[in-house]
Amino acid sequence: MPQGHAPILELRGITKAFGGVEALRGVDFALSAGEIHGLVGENGAGKSTLMKIIAGVHPEFSGRFLLDGQETRFRSARDARAAGIAMVHQELSVAPDLTVAENVFLGSQPTNRFGLVQWRRMAREAGEQLARFGIDVDPQSRLGDLPIGLQQLIEIARVLFSGARIIILDEPTSALSPPEVERLFTTLRRLRDEGTAIVFISHFIEDILRVSDTVTVFRNGRKVADAQAADTDKAALIEAMIGKGREALEETYTHDMALPPPNEQPVVLAANRLSLSRSLRDVSFEVRAGEVLGIYGFMGCGQLELARILFGKLRPDTGALAVAGDQKSFGSTAGARRAGIAFVPESRRAMLFHQEPVYKNISISILDRISSLFLKPSHERALAKRQVDQLQIRPAAVELDLGMLSGGNQQKVALAKWLNFPPRVLVLCEPTRGMDVGAKNDVIHIIRDLRAKGLAIIVLSTEPETVLSLADRIIVLKRGSVVREFADETISKDRLLEAA
Amino acid sequence: MATSEGVTGSSANQTPPRRLAAILRSQMRNIAPFLTLIFLSGFFAVASPSFATLDNVGNILTQVSVTGIIAVGLTFVILCAEIDLSIASIANVTGIAVAYFTMQDSYVNIANVPMPGWAAIGLALLLCALLGLVNALGLTVIGIPSFIMTLAMMQIAAGISALLVRGQIAYKVPGLITTLGSASIGGIPWIVIVAAVMLLGGHLVLTYTRFGRYVYMVGGNREAAEYSGLNVNLILGSVMVIAAVCAGIGGMLGVAHFGSAQQNEFDTYLLDSIAAVVVGGTSLFGGRGGIGNTIVGLFVLGVLNNGLDHVNIDSFLKILIRGLILLAALVINVYAQRLRAKTAD
Repeated sequence: MPQGHAPILELRGITKAFGGVEALRGVDFALSAGEIHGLVGENGAGKSTLMKIIAGVHPEFSGRFLLDGQETRFRSARDARAAGIAMVHQELSVAPDLTVAENVFLGSQPTNRFGLVQWRRMAREAGEQLARFGIDVDPQSRLGDLPIGLQQLIEIARVLFSGARIIILDEPTSALSPPEVERLFTTLRRLRDEGTAIVFISHFIEDILRVSDTVTVFRNGRKVADAQAADTDKAALIEAMIGKGREALEETYTHDMALPPPNEQPVVLAANRLSLSRSLRDVSFEVRAGEVLGIYGFMGCGQLELARILFGKLRPDTGALAVAGDQKSFGSTAGARRAGIAFVPESRRAMLFHQEPVYKNISISILDRISSLFLKPSHERALAKRQVDQLQIRPAAVELDLGMLSGGNQQKVALAKWLNFPPRVLVLCEPTRGMDVGAKNDVIHIIRDLRAKGLAIIVLSTEPETVLSLADRIIVLKRGSVVREFADETISKDRLLEAA
Repeated sequence: MATSEGVTGSSANQTPPRRLAAILRSQMRNIAPFLTLIFLSGFFAVASPSFATLDNVGNILTQVSVTGIIAVGLTFVILCAEIDLSIASIANVTGIAVAYFTMQDSYVNIANVPMPGWAAIGLALLLCALLGLVNALGLTVIGIPSFIMTLAMMQIAAGISALLVRGQIAYKVPGLITTLGSASIGGIPWIVIVAAVMLLGGHLVLTYTRFGRYVYMVGGNREAAEYSGLNVNLILGSVMVIAAVCAGIGGMLGVAHFGSAQQNEFDTYLLDSIAAVVVGGTSLFGGRGGIGNTIVGLFVLGVLNNGLDHVNIDSFLKILIRGLILLAALVINVYAQRLRAKTAD
């Protein structure tokens, strides 16, 4: 790293709030040409917010923003691009219906002097650029037909070859295979040597340590550590991320926790070597009655796909599921429900009917058990009322439109719909995400009660706290494979993070 | 208008005027078409002495009957946030089929296959159900958007019609169909009774059966319906078959009502039945509305068409006015959706 250079980008005392909640508090940050700068921190630590300020996505903030020593304010992402700053966002932002070449040249198609697009030149140059990046793909093929990982690579390629002098990569490797990650790193190093400044955000700390020159750690909207990559290691970074020592009081789950020995109940659900294109590879696990299995991994590790296979929404390429010993292949979500699987997805919008009353939301998945041809509205309301009382859903009015309830109460309704006739297996994605402490505790208690009643429960989450507070046994998914199982041993948040 | 939108108590903590405003906002989809109907009826009653007579009410009822029968099935489809553009063609081919299987007079030059009346009706019903099933499979199994799938079916049904009659006109249909389509009982045309029974049946199915609830839920949030373990494809497929069978019944009775079966006889019924459902306030985004809305929509269209005849307006201008009313209804439909979404947030 060329020391002594004046930074090309310097931020001082940046503070940014969203609706009264401070996402960044007085952060200083500097970036030099010819540097790869790694950023680490937990979800919500402020990394992405800071990068979006640099890329002009959030124009409102307080603090000083110096580009080449000049006080600068971007009004939009467009301004930032014009100043040579490009960003690959965490969420894929490609145009799936356009060709690969059109995506590579999105917004900057080569034109002739009549303003017409030079299609052949565009395809040729796109092919050349991608080949330099080690991607062998027909530039004329439709992007949406390619696997997600390849789409991500192409989006990265677009930004890397855009000629920007500051490049920000937010979590670029989550869907990539190891050789693809290797190629990405080679390209990043070459760009760095040519003088580009690169910011690299990742949950994968090994990746950060391997490719970065400098590492900055964020926690709770603050910059908490700054180091040369060569002078630090994974353990030190994790410690800085989750905050040990003086500040440990704020954190609940840094201490060691003992996972119980496996119970003696029968296996209710067994997954045997499930694979799904690029998302999952040979995933096997079992879950027993009266047990909560936690499945932990970073965003993009294959959790969402795994959950959808369990509920019959996706079909695995290979591998099988067995419910209570019987091989099952669910053709649909209805088939999974009949086999006794219940599912609560990570987004409430995907689960609930906001314009319908609470009782219809609760009864929807049991109507075929409580009525035949005709509905029985009074029975329906009575069963809904029972769940509303049991789960303490507030306000306790089953006629109320669901949209009038708070997020935490909506989440309880999402659980309630499965509980009048308890399923054999309950699959929960991010059951406590975005909830306040009270609602979170309520949901945790509900899940523990269900476990005590003998349900087999699978909790999938990207939040270590969620998994640690609920699970009896934890498997860790990394890039689609099970990399570690924790059972009958002591565990802590840093050990869990280290495994992922 | 008997939709059961549970707004009672949904704004319990608000002051009475704000609460009333909230109810009005969320019920806009039901109130606006009703006001339109009252306004149009009042206008024509004042503008023409012959409009507000018992005889004319009977005329309007008869005039909207075929549209009404077809619109029953279409209401199911639109509640699921799908569309069926093939209903008029399916009505036409079913009407032609029932005539094709009936003995025609010797001067009719059609290579038809005479059969007993019950068999002719049975085969015609089977035909429309099959065409609906093709729509259903295209939509659910293959995954063709209903707009495109039924556009193709519109052509296919028109093609079968053309092959059956080859430019000729058939006149005879089975006795039962003739009675239901063109006879009266106690001064009330049978076709009005059939339309009323089918509308009532549709309403009962949508309001009181499990299947009806599923239709609303699938239309309200398809993803949530799927993640609740509903067989969404089965429900979508069923509504496509229901729409085709309702269209077929409308087509058979229509042929008896008009007194002939020929190509392109039902072309105007596509737009009319879509207009009836949407003008009535059923949401194009699915999940909101119902047969009550469709009935109001039918009357709005019926009063408009009939009333424009009574005030002796240029028949070319009539077409434009109908288009403008439809546009106004669509605007209200979209705004009602937004208002309601805001109230729910």
